[in-house]
Amino acid sequence: MGSNSLYGPLDPAPDAGYTDAPPRMGFFTDTSVCIGCKACEVACKEWNLIPDDGFNLLGTSYDNTGGLTANSWRHVAFIEQPAANRGGGTVDALAAAATIAPPGRQPEFLGMPMSDLPGRTIDAPRSDFRWLMMSNVCKHCTHAACLDVCPTGSLFRTEFGTVVVQEDICNGCGYCIPACPYGVIDQRKDDGRAWKCTLCYDRIGDGLMPACATACPTQSIQYGELDELRSRARHRVEALQEQGVTEARLYGHDPDDGVGGDGAFFLLLDEPEVYGLPPDPVVTTRDLPAMWKRAGVAGLAMAAAVVVSFLGGRS
Amino acid sequence: MVPPADFRSYYGRPVVKAPVWHHDIAAYLFTGGLAAGSALLAAGGDATGRPALRRAGRVTALGALAASTYFLIHDLGRPARFHHMLRVAKPTSPMSMGTWILSAFGAAAGVSAVAEAAPLLPGRGPLGLARTVLPPLGTAGQYGAAVLAPALATYTAVLLADTATPSWHAAYPELPWVFAGSALASGAGVGLLAAPCAQAGPARRLATLGAALELYGAHRVETTKGLLSEPYTQGRAGRLLRAGRALTAAGVAGAYLGRRSRVISGLSGLSLLTASLCTRFGIFDGGVASAKDPRYTVVPQRARLAARSQASTDVSGEKTEEGPAIAGQ
Repeated sequence: MGSNSLYGPLDPAPDAGYTDAPPRMGFFTDTSVCIGCKACEVACKEWNLIPDDGFNLLGTSYDNTGGLTANSWRHVAFIEQPAANRGGGTVDALAAAATIAPPGRQPEFLGMPMSDLPGRTIDAPRSDFRWLMMSNVCKHCTHAACLDVCPTGSLFRTEFGTVVVQEDICNGCGYCIPACPYGVIDQRKDDGRAWKCTLCYDRIGDGLMPACATACPTQSIQYGELDELRSRARHRVEALQEQGVTEARLYGHDPDDGVGGDGAFFLLLDEPEVYGLPPDPVVTTRDLPAMWKRAGVAGLAMAAAVVVSFLGGRS
Repeated sequence: MVPPADFRSYYGRPVVKAPVWHHDIAAYLFTGGLAAGSALLAAGGDATGRPALRRAGRVTALGALAASTYFLIHDLGRPARFHHMLRVAKPTSPMSMGTWILSAFGAAAGVSAVAEAAPLLPGRGPLGLARTVLPPLGTAGQYGAAVLAPALATYTAVLLADTATPSWHAAYPELPWVFAGSALASGAGVGLLAAPCAQAGPARRLATLGAALELYGAHRVETTKGLLSEPYTQGRAGRLLRAGRALTAAGVAGAYLGRRSRVISGLSGLSLLTASLCTRFGIFDGGVASAKDPRYTVVPQRARLAARSQASTDVSGEKTEEGPAIAGQ
C-alpha cells in the first residue's frame, strides 16, 4: 500500500496494482443542462437488465424513483424551488439570455414550432420558481469505502479506476451499504446481493460509452477521461459564473476532498444536500488506523482487567 | 460550535443508507462478546485452580461461538456463500479481519470445550487415547482462545465504526471501551451464574472492571458527540442503553452484596448478561436511527465545512475567492 492508500490524492488503478493502466475514466454530470427526461435511468436499466424498483408515486415531485438503490443505478432528482428559497444569487441567467437580442430588433415569427409556452413573450420575466434536475450515480470514489470494507473481494478496482461488484462473489454481507458516504450501493431484497453502477464496465472496455451517457440528449452526462472532464468542468463553471449564474459550483471534482475526488462528479446549482448529496463526505477508512489502535488499547485493557481480577484478591 | 438549527435535504430523504443488517448482527455483538469474556474466564479460572470457572467458561464460549456463527451466516443475503469470506484477508475490512479472528478463536475454543468431555470417555481403545490427548490440547486451545479473545471482543467496535453511519463513526474512539467492558461483564456474569460463591471472587472483580469500562465508554458516546450523541439517548436505543446501565449497576451491586448467596450471585450474573445484551442492541439501534435521518449526516458535515472556512478565514485574514462558490473546499 502506498502512503495515500487510505486518504489523499491518488491515481487509484496503479495503486490497486495495475501496470500500464489506461487513463482513469469517469462521468461529469452537468446539472445545468439536465432536462429531467430520465433517459439515463431507462438506458441504464435496459443495458444492465436491472429489475424494476417498484411502481410507486412518491407524491413529492416528478421523481418517483426516490434515490439510488440496488435497482436504480441512475436517479434523476427533481427539486422545485420557490425563488425566495434559492441558495445563490438572484440573477436569472435564462431570462438574461432571452434578452440578448440587440435593442430595437424584435424576434420574428418564422412559423416554426415553438419550444416555449404558447403565448409567452420571449423577454417575459421568469416565473417565481425553478426546477433543479440532477442525474445522480455512483461516484466511483478515489478512496472507495465500499471497496475497502468488502470482506470477500467481490468489489474490485478496474483498470479504468472504477469500482465494480462481482455478482458471482458477493455473498450479501451488506457491509458496503452503510460504508458508502453517498448512500449509493444497496442490497437487492429478493436476491440478497449488493448492486450498483459499474460505469458500464462491459461497454467501456470495448470503447463504447456507458449507456446513460449515450442516451443523454443534452450532454448533461459526459463520459471521458477524468482529467479532461475536470478541465471541461472548470471551464463550464467559469462560463456560467461569468453569465451570472453565481450559484454554479462543482461537486466531487477535487482530489483533495474527503474521498480523494470522485470518478463521477457534478456541476450543481445549489448546495449538495438539496440534491440529497452529503455536503462534506469523508471516506470512513481514513480513520481506520486510529480505530484499530483504539481497539488494540481496549483489548490490552481487557487482558489487564482479567489478570487483575484473578490475581488481585483473596477469594 | 453550535450547529445550524435548520438544514436542507432532498424531501427529507436520508443521505446515507441505513445498514441492511438485521438484529442478527446486534445479537452477534452480544454473543461474540460473551464468547470472548467466557474464554478469558476459563483461562483465568484454569490458571488459578478454579475448575468451576474453567468449565463454565469453556462451555459457554463454545455455545456463544455457535450462536455467533449462526447469526452471522443467517444475516447474509446469500448464506450459502458464507465461505466467500475466506477468499481474502483484508486489513481494510474489519469484517474480513473479524472472520479470521472468529475462525481461529472458534478452533481453539472448540477444542477446549470438547476437552471438558474427556473424563467421560472410556479408559481403553482409541477413545482412551483421546482421553489422554484431549486435556493438554484443551488447555492449549483454552489459552489460545484467551489470547484471541480481546481481539474478538473489540474488533466489532471497529466493524460498526468503519461505516458512514453517522453515530457509529463518530463514536469510534470510545466504542471499543463499551464493547470490551460489555464482553468482560458478560463473561463475569457467566462466572457468577455457574461458580459456587467460593470460586466467584474473580468474576465479581471482573464484573466491576468490565462495568467501569462499559459505563465510561457509553457515557462518552452519549454525551461528547454533540448532535450525534442524540440517537443514543432517545427512542428505543435510549431506552435500551438506560436499561443496560441500570442492569449493569444492579449486577455489580448484587455480586458484592450477595456474595455469600448463590441465588443472589446468580441473579446478579443474569443481570449482567441482560445488561450486555441491552447495551449491544442500544448501540446498534442508535446507529441505524442516525442513518435514517438526514439531519445527522448534513448538519455535522455543514458544521465541519463552516469550521474549515472559518479557519481559512482566520489564517488568510479574508475569505478566499472561490470558497463559497465551490462545494467541498
